[in-house]
Amino acid sequence: MQVSRRQWLFGSATLPAWADIAAAQQHAHEAAGSPKARLEVLDAAVAGEIEALTSQIIPSGDSPGAREAGVIWFIDRALATFEAEKREAYREGMEEVQHKRREMFPDSTAIAALTSEQQAALIHAIETTPFFELLRTHTVLGFLGSPSYGGNQGQVGWKHIGFESRMAWKPPFGYYDGQSE
Amino acid sequence: MSGPKYRHSDPVDFLIIGAGAAGGVMAKELATAGFRVVVLEQGPYLHEKDYSHDEIKYTIQPGLTNDSKTQPILFRRSAADSFKPFKAIEYGRQVGGGTVHFTGNYWRFHESDFEERSLFGEIPGTGFADWPISYADLEPWYTKAEYDVGVSGLAGADPFEAPRSKPYPLPPMPVKSSGVIFERAARKLGLHPFPAPVAILSQPYQGRAACSHCGFCESFGCEMGAKSSTLVSVIPVAERTGRCEIRPNSYVRKIQTDASGRASGAIYFDAARREVFQRARVVVACANGVETPRLLLMSKSNRFPQGLANSSGLVGKYLMWDNGASACGLFEHPLNEYKSIQATRLIHDYYRADAKRGFYGGGGIDARFDFYPAGFALEGLPPDAPRWGAGYKQMLAQYFTHTMTLLAHATSLPMERNDVTLDPAVKDAWGLPAVRITYDFHPDDLANMKWLLGRQKEILEAAGAKKIWSPYSIDATGTSRHLMGTCRMGNDPARSVVNRESRAHDVPNLFLVDGSNFVTSARQQPTATIQALAYRAADLMARAAKRGELK
Repeated sequence: MQVSRRQWLFGSATLPAWADIAAAQQHAHEAAGSPKARLEVLDAAVAGEIEALTSQIIPSGDSPGAREAGVIWFIDRALATFEAEKREAYREGMEEVQHKRREMFPDSTAIAALTSEQQAALIHAIETTPFFELLRTHTVLGFLGSPSYGGNQGQVGWKHIGFESRMAWKPPFGYYDGQSE
Repeated sequence: MSGPKYRHSDPVDFLIIGAGAAGGVMAKELATAGFRVVVLEQGPYLHEKDYSHDEIKYTIQPGLTNDSKTQPILFRRSAADSFKPFKAIEYGRQVGGGTVHFTGNYWRFHESDFEERSLFGEIPGTGFADWPISYADLEPWYTKAEYDVGVSGLAGADPFEAPRSKPYPLPPMPVKSSGVIFERAARKLGLHPFPAPVAILSQPYQGRAACSHCGFCESFGCEMGAKSSTLVSVIPVAERTGRCEIRPNSYVRKIQTDASGRASGAIYFDAARREVFQRARVVVACANGVETPRLLLMSKSNRFPQGLANSSGLVGKYLMWDNGASACGLFEHPLNEYKSIQATRLIHDYYRADAKRGFYGGGGIDARFDFYPAGFALEGLPPDAPRWGAGYKQMLAQYFTHTMTLLAHATSLPMERNDVTLDPAVKDAWGLPAVRITYDFHPDDLANMKWLLGRQKEILEAAGAKKIWSPYSIDATGTSRHLMGTCRMGNDPARSVVNRESRAHDVPNLFLVDGSNFVTSARQQPTATIQALAYRAADLMARAAKRGELK
């Protein structure tokens, strides 16, 4: 048995085709290489609200988080290409989150305008919803997936966990095999 | 991609359906024996330059496997449930098939695997049976496979291994930290760890470069050509004969039969989705343990109303699953398990079934790391870890380089109720019936996995892991990648689909050679045995053809 249960996250009838993936990478490539990088699907205000949530999932701090990794760019491009069928889930999901925000913080105007503690409280309130699961998955993919998709900019996600993508390594690979040599 | 272009109307000697573990071997053996061969492959013809380290493309999306968007799959656990869309099975879908993206584990079966029913006794309610062939029948072909494709390992290091006529052609791969930790702990417990045999080159071999330890084997195509897929090992040899034509993007919908009930070729959709009928003297289905029975069921005719080669009614039945159990451990110092091949040490101490345990089953346990970066962040942390926030972020930094996995590869009992059928309504993108899978565990399968998980945790404890957890629950069926059973081998035509030569009981010039032949599951890692069966069947076919039996 191999690690295949992640298929569950993505359902089965809606997996995108290869061409979509190539398109996503092309988009990301063009955006990264261009000073006028722009959002394809999300408008700037919604993007700011989503980014505020992703920054609670993987916060900034001593080291870069979702915001610095450009997770929002990953999400926008995913929604423009291989996750296009999830746009509605985002629209509905964000509507529910905003509803919850107004319920919890009646005087607030936006998620991004909440304090970090308030944002965390909001996430606690939605953390068992399918939309949060989707957002968490996309945040992780945007933090730790290949930078060619627009996220993990400067490989900050990989650096954070201690991963490096190389074509060749030599033993010793870790402490214990080094010690045994 | 060189070679002949055969005419469709001109019968070739052998038409092979599927260019994977078995089909690649078959192509090489039959073409080098002088026959004219066409290989039809559903998927594309890719090469090293087409692959990359893109985790999203190859593990989250079906970069090298069947895409359930175009080939929907329906799944249920039992007849009491309704079928729902779910990618329950996964197979490599390109020239090279599953050997392109597999982890490379290359275990021979044990002698006992072929006669477990006799050794263990009857298991009521199952199709538990002996194979009609023995380990001795396959031994020369295991050896040939290891030398043809290139396998690294250490003969004699496993006290439980079956007799072998030759050592491995290549020395074992360098041990990783997970292997060192596992080896020390296993010895402390009186177990017998040994270097994992893998179809990955530890040294240059037959013009191919050695592995560079990039770490992207499982689910990925090898960018170095160091993983011994049929794509880089035997298929080029087949093509160099000038007698083998590989046709990628060729999706077979029916094996055709003539008035005498013999196979006459296959009808397939080419890349432009035009129907083509390729004639052949002999048809060999190597399409895998799900696609082979599906194709037989789709190949109904007046003469074969239940589907081709299905007088027994057993085509598609006795599907066995990719059972296993996974335990992770956190260690004090960095292991950096993302480097190099997945598994470097394993044990077969718990391989053999033992009635004293109170159930049928057994397994091999290997030390590895079963995650890439995003997959680890999504599913690798302990179940009690935070799933977001500063604590989550901090654990990712602490755990990714310090975690290893013990993976158990476990038995799956053959049961008639677990099967592959055709959906009467849902169609794939070519208009063919969608695959339906029914699978649930036998209680002994579950008891065995639970027991193995206990042994895995024991080893991690003996190794001094700071924390031990299991990332998955045992009773989740997940996605099976080892497609076994469904056209089982046997001597009795009423109770099996192929004979001991992998030849269909009902159709003398039709052979089925892949995981579908398996009578029992052994302990997973089916590739070595699929290939040994293919070498053996090719030899038998070539002899029969030369005797004029297959005209």
